[in-house]
Amino acid sequence: MKEKKKHKLKWSKLYTFSCLRPGADDQSSAPVADRLLGQPGFSRVVFCNESRLHRSKPYKYSSNYVSTTKYNVATFVPIALFEQFRRVANLYFLLAAILSLTPLAAFNRVSVVAPLVFVIGISMVKEAVEDWHRFLQDRKVNSRKVLVHAGEGLFVQKSWENLGVGDVVKVSKNEYFPSDLLLLSSSYEDGLCYVETMNLDGETNLKAKRSLESTLSLDEEASFRDFRATIRCEDPNPSLYTFVGNLILNEETHSLTTAQILLRDSKLRNTEFAYGAVIFSGGDTKAVRNSTRSPSKRSRVERTMDRVIYLLFGVMVFISLVTAVGSAVFTMRSDVERWYLRLHGGDDELFDPDRAVLSGFLQFVKALMLYGYLIPISLYVSIEVVKVLQAMMINNDLAMYDEATGKAVEARTSNLNEELGQVEMILSDKTGTLTCNQMEFRKCSIEGISFGGEVTEVDLAASRRMNIDVERHRFSLDGASDSTARSVEMFDLFTADGSTEKEGLSGGGGGGGGKGRDSRVSVSEKERGVKGFNFRDGRLMDKMWIYRSNVGEMVMFFRVMALCHTGIPVEGEAGYEAESPEEVAFLVAAREFGFRFCQRTQSAMVVEEVDPMSGVEVMREYKLLNLLEFNSSRKRMSVIVRNEDGEIFLFCKGADEVIFDRLSDGGRTYQQATVMHLSNYAEDGLRTMVFSYRRVGASEYEKWSGVFAKAKAAVGPERDELLESASDMIERDLILLGAVAVEDKLQRGVPECIDKLAQAGLKIWLLTGDKKETAVNIGFACSLLRHDMEQLHLSTSNEVRMKAKDAKEEIMIQLQRFNQLFIEEDIGEKSPFALVVDGKALELCLNTNLSEKFLSVAMNCDVVICCRVSPKQKASITRRVKEYSGKTILAIGDGANDVGMIQEADIGVGISGMEGMQAVMASDFSLPEFRFLERLLIIHGQWCYRRISKMILYFVYKNVAFGLTLFYYNVFTGFSGQEFYDDWYMVMFNVLLTSLPVVALGVLEQDVSSDVCIKFPALYKHGQQNTCFSWKRILGWISNAILTSLILFTLPISILSPSALDRRGSPADATHLGAATYTCAIWAVNCQIALITSHFTWISHFLTWGSILSWYAFLSLYSSAYSDAAAYKVFTDQIGAAPVYWLATPLVVAAALMPYFVHLAVRRSFYPADEDVIREMERTERDAVGDSVVWEREQERSKRETQVGYSARVEAKIRHLKEQLQKKRKSFILSVTNSRQ
Amino acid sequence: MNSGTPSSSAAGAGSADSTAPRRNSKRPKYSRFTQQELPACKPILTPKWVIGTFLLVSVIFIPIGVVSLFASRDVVEIVDRYETDCIPEALRNDKVGFIQSNQNKTCQRTLRVPKNMKQPIYVYYQLDNFYQNHRRYVKSRSDQQLRNNGSLQDTSPCKPEDNTASGPIVPCGLIAWSLFNDTYGFTRNNQQLNVNKRDISWKSDREHKFGKNVFPRNFQNGTLKGGATLKPDVPLSEQEDLIVWMRTAALPTFRKLYGKIEVDLQRDDVINVTLENNYNTYSFSGKKKLVLSTTSWLGGKNDFVGIAYLTVGGLCFFLALVFLLIYLIKPRQLGDPSYLSWNRNPSGH
Repeated sequence: MKEKKKHKLKWSKLYTFSCLRPGADDQSSAPVADRLLGQPGFSRVVFCNESRLHRSKPYKYSSNYVSTTKYNVATFVPIALFEQFRRVANLYFLLAAILSLTPLAAFNRVSVVAPLVFVIGISMVKEAVEDWHRFLQDRKVNSRKVLVHAGEGLFVQKSWENLGVGDVVKVSKNEYFPSDLLLLSSSYEDGLCYVETMNLDGETNLKAKRSLESTLSLDEEASFRDFRATIRCEDPNPSLYTFVGNLILNEETHSLTTAQILLRDSKLRNTEFAYGAVIFSGGDTKAVRNSTRSPSKRSRVERTMDRVIYLLFGVMVFISLVTAVGSAVFTMRSDVERWYLRLHGGDDELFDPDRAVLSGFLQFVKALMLYGYLIPISLYVSIEVVKVLQAMMINNDLAMYDEATGKAVEARTSNLNEELGQVEMILSDKTGTLTCNQMEFRKCSIEGISFGGEVTEVDLAASRRMNIDVERHRFSLDGASDSTARSVEMFDLFTADGSTEKEGLSGGGGGGGGKGRDSRVSVSEKERGVKGFNFRDGRLMDKMWIYRSNVGEMVMFFRVMALCHTGIPVEGEAGYEAESPEEVAFLVAAREFGFRFCQRTQSAMVVEEVDPMSGVEVMREYKLLNLLEFNSSRKRMSVIVRNEDGEIFLFCKGADEVIFDRLSDGGRTYQQATVMHLSNYAEDGLRTMVFSYRRVGASEYEKWSGVFAKAKAAVGPERDELLESASDMIERDLILLGAVAVEDKLQRGVPECIDKLAQAGLKIWLLTGDKKETAVNIGFACSLLRHDMEQLHLSTSNEVRMKAKDAKEEIMIQLQRFNQLFIEEDIGEKSPFALVVDGKALELCLNTNLSEKFLSVAMNCDVVICCRVSPKQKASITRRVKEYSGKTILAIGDGANDVGMIQEADIGVGISGMEGMQAVMASDFSLPEFRFLERLLIIHGQWCYRRISKMILYFVYKNVAFGLTLFYYNVFTGFSGQEFYDDWYMVMFNVLLTSLPVVALGVLEQDVSSDVCIKFPALYKHGQQNTCFSWKRILGWISNAILTSLILFTLPISILSPSALDRRGSPADATHLGAATYTCAIWAVNCQIALITSHFTWISHFLTWGSILSWYAFLSLYSSAYSDAAAYKVFTDQIGAAPVYWLATPLVVAAALMPYFVHLAVRRSFYPADEDVIREMERTERDAVGDSVVWEREQERSKRETQVGYSARVEAKIRHLKEQLQKKRKSFILSVTNSRQ
Repeated sequence: MNSGTPSSSAAGAGSADSTAPRRNSKRPKYSRFTQQELPACKPILTPKWVIGTFLLVSVIFIPIGVVSLFASRDVVEIVDRYETDCIPEALRNDKVGFIQSNQNKTCQRTLRVPKNMKQPIYVYYQLDNFYQNHRRYVKSRSDQQLRNNGSLQDTSPCKPEDNTASGPIVPCGLIAWSLFNDTYGFTRNNQQLNVNKRDISWKSDREHKFGKNVFPRNFQNGTLKGGATLKPDVPLSEQEDLIVWMRTAALPTFRKLYGKIEVDLQRDDVINVTLENNYNTYSFSGKKKLVLSTTSWLGGKNDFVGIAYLTVGGLCFFLALVFLLIYLIKPRQLGDPSYLSWNRNPSGH
């Protein structure tokens, strides 16, 4: 019964002037459509309800199957292989592998081919798994069910993928639209329906769509039996906000607008069901057209590594050339002289004195393989392995597991781990990322008295910090002079003052306000109250307000809350549904205060009210006379109701400046107090609204309603003006009641996280599809904005629909003004700037030659907030900023509208919170909540960055040090390409003997502990400035490697040659020297890694020392078991028994490590790195307890000067307080001196 | 990638009740490893450690250096370079011509023993600028053939010294072909000093690499004569000169063991060497030296080990002093916060 009644409700009549204004739009678009249709780009024809016509050409359109996979079964192998060999290094390894199959091979084949297959295999398996996940996700989406008209008025369930163009579907409440539909009718009689487009554009408020009058009759299943219509419209395109088309129904042409189009990925809300005909399906839908393929991303470190590889490749080509030329020259010159080589026979192309050029070339190719140790394929293997392990560590971090949702962080790609440590800018979405998309009623001010707590967190923290300062002062200046002691007293005095003042303001609330202010979020977490209501004040709760003196006004205030809205009561958690979540919050609050709005009919509203006299609930019915709707230019909304006593009231709520303009002289009593409260609320990031009312005399109303009816009946462009002036007539002489503040509820830990990130030197930009006011509010709530910031608003003026050129001009002028401001500020003291841009201005800025100018302005600002931006814009601003600044950019978002941005950024992070997987699917990392970003970046990012940098540097070191010895040896063999070491030693070098400690380093190293990372966010800058992987470091390590290689080669040779090896008299030969040098090399590189490891777990110990031992184990096995090998008995019988061999090792190792050790010692004593000092501090801390003052002071100091974040706000507040104190002190001193005189 | 991922997407699709148990399974398991909380030692390079390390190294290295140097000094080594002196003066402008001719190449050398030499006294020949390590040379041997009687034909790596008209060469290859063929005879006071040519090669080579039943065949029968010839009736495993020669040297300058004199030599003994200067090092101007040397535990005369140890040890001692001075003059207090980047350079960060 109730249901039916609700459906009878005509929403279009509730809204006295509709936001859709169908008339005006139709007229303006019709000629356009007529002109364009049939032209190229506007040629689509859809036969509604006749999908079989679309099964063959020319009307065969793409199916509704949407695929986001990169490969299919057939294309996987070729495409994935192609992708792999686009990496230059892989191509080199492939060439080496092919050459190893020819007689030119320097090593045995398996040792060259196997690692290549392994690396490529791992990467391809990774690709395949990722693509498989994409496929599963696609399948999930494609197999969603929808009701489709199967003929004869019957609707059957079909999965999305089987939907065809022309099909008529029925979508129920809270379901997604399966494709782009033409709205035919809905559960409302007037064909209205509400959609949530959050996934498309991130806007949170619902949008109304309305069907054409002519299709209204199709409101039940049976009526589709004979429905036939033809749509002629534009071809598929990505524009979300335009649509050109006609509907031909019963030979009548009706023009279509976006108001009739329901887009895929948006959701039906507040409407029981809607019927629609499929216009675009699958890949043709606007949502899919708006999506972009995810590009494969590579981290900055990896790109630098490529350059290092090129450098090494250059070195390798160089020494190969030297070898080739040397060999050719040697061959030519030895033709006759070195008779024992018998070169003149010409039986060996590699050494043919008659064909020296050919020989040289072949030698060159061979040398490229021989010196392949400079470019180790194992580097790639190890990095892959380490990154996967790192990703596993990230995935398993319990501190990033969200108990509430049961989700953990997920590193969806392991390519970008180290990039997390180098992020410089964060571009964040708002809804669902920072906020939960929930409104909560937080505070109100009634008749100049604020309820719900007064003191803001910032005040509290500031006073707390001031006290700390005072204590520290006292501590350090023990027994200091009088004047300082006095100033200390002044501090105390002042803070005491402040606190009493605050108590006074919030007092009387029985501590309720105090509790509420403590932590805006945690209160609702701790005592899970009513959803949408986070208000604690004993003066109002539990009907306590009825004991207050001004109970009359109180009642009026609550009535505004309960009556002035567009909501309807429903069953469910909140109990109400309305156009915006704010209104729901008001209704919930009103209910909590005792004014339960319980029924709406076409002309009446029923409220269950507490009668202040008796304290008993009574039902009151208000006759709804008119409803003056909210829109963005009016910024207010009013209802005119008649109560049971026949009195007529106008209740009005709206933005403060609009309401204050319309107050009667007698209604301004509380204006001053209210303004103060409003600014307090706003600074806390709360969204405010002012309530007012007036009584309307019966005769006045009669007169006015005539005017209004006339205005409503008018047609044409003047209708709006008439309505505007009519409403203006009645909405005046209002009486101010007070203000309310709702909170767009932030997710847990968001302000703290932003604070830490800001301290770490990250810039945060907010990109949201929501309107400016909301965005700015959230800016305040997250402490991105504060009141002493200069807000620069960049927007085009709304009033005139300007030509693009004029608008550009306007933007240009604004940008120039901002630049002027910066210059002025540079001279004076720097005050923080915030830039607020709206979508239209942004469009102009990005797509014209203004972009440079705009970006330079944006970069100069501490915060940038972009509002009303489309998904495409989000992506394009990300790209522009990335290109312009060259900084590493992280984009974080949760919805489908953030996908572009996530893909475009260097790192994309998806929030796997509420619903929708698109963002997560496109992301590189997914987080359950925003707050985990802190740990992900500051701890894991930093760790991964430092680890990977160290690892690559060490890898380069060890391979250069080892590889070059091969070259040196060749100089001594007439450049003939002879190997210094046994084949098997060489294979073992990268496979077993040196590879494991470096993997341990890459996974376990912590030169800064997690604790320190969090306490000293400033350490993060090392990643941003890339200090760990700078060219200085890289070249330093290469030099160190060259030094080591020289020592590794010359020392053993000089020690072992040419005299007798031991008492038995035989001198050392090539195999002995090779084995001895190799031993030294293994020792040296493994000890080197021990020197650079700063966090020795048992695993690192085991692997490092184990590697050295395993060399001896390998050598003794190999040299005793395999009598074919040249190295047979080399260890057990020959060098192993020679003391000089054992003497050589410590000497060479000591000499090889000395340069680095000296460098380390010098650095530690003169320029210790931050992490060194902090580790020392940690150590001394442990020794001398109670030295934490230093510790805390350094934490304080390490913070980067930032204008953003909670701490910065506290800082600003303290500055402000100190200034005031200074003034006070001055006047105090002045008065004292005056009085003395 | 991991097993958790597919279940998550399934959980999303599944009904509400099935998600509940799965939720818990997504919770990472606690272990000190995955939470990166393994206990670890975190060494800090304090001045104590730096100075201590340098001192420790020098304290260990300097004595080793001294001992090694002493060991090396104990070794008596007589080196005689003879490649020029053993060519008659008249023919010295065409040394290659002389060496390739059939003239008598016997040459007399006199060595004076500078110190008492205890037996065994090792006799070496030392060649210079001889690339035994050249790849073409190193590869030119057939290990199969050397070991097995049955692998006579296994001469593929031996080109161009692989086959003659009468069959495969054993031992084939350039190394064997260019076998060193100078010979030395020693007399003291007109008394013959025996040179023992047994046991001059590695035992493993004799036993495992050169066959007991492999005999030289067609050796030095080709058009080009290389170096020494081999007795055709002695198995390769007993041709110790060949075995020694076939262990290719690492560098162009190398010594090879020729034999052992198993009598003590007294100081100022005069030893007459009758040598046959057959081997052609003249075409590539290589030096030839005859070396007589005793050994110590350190092997032959090898000052380098001692000097290197003393150098590194001394350097470490010096560095220990330098760092001690640095810490005395300009000490940095451990964990001194003023060295933190934000304190050193407050504006730049």
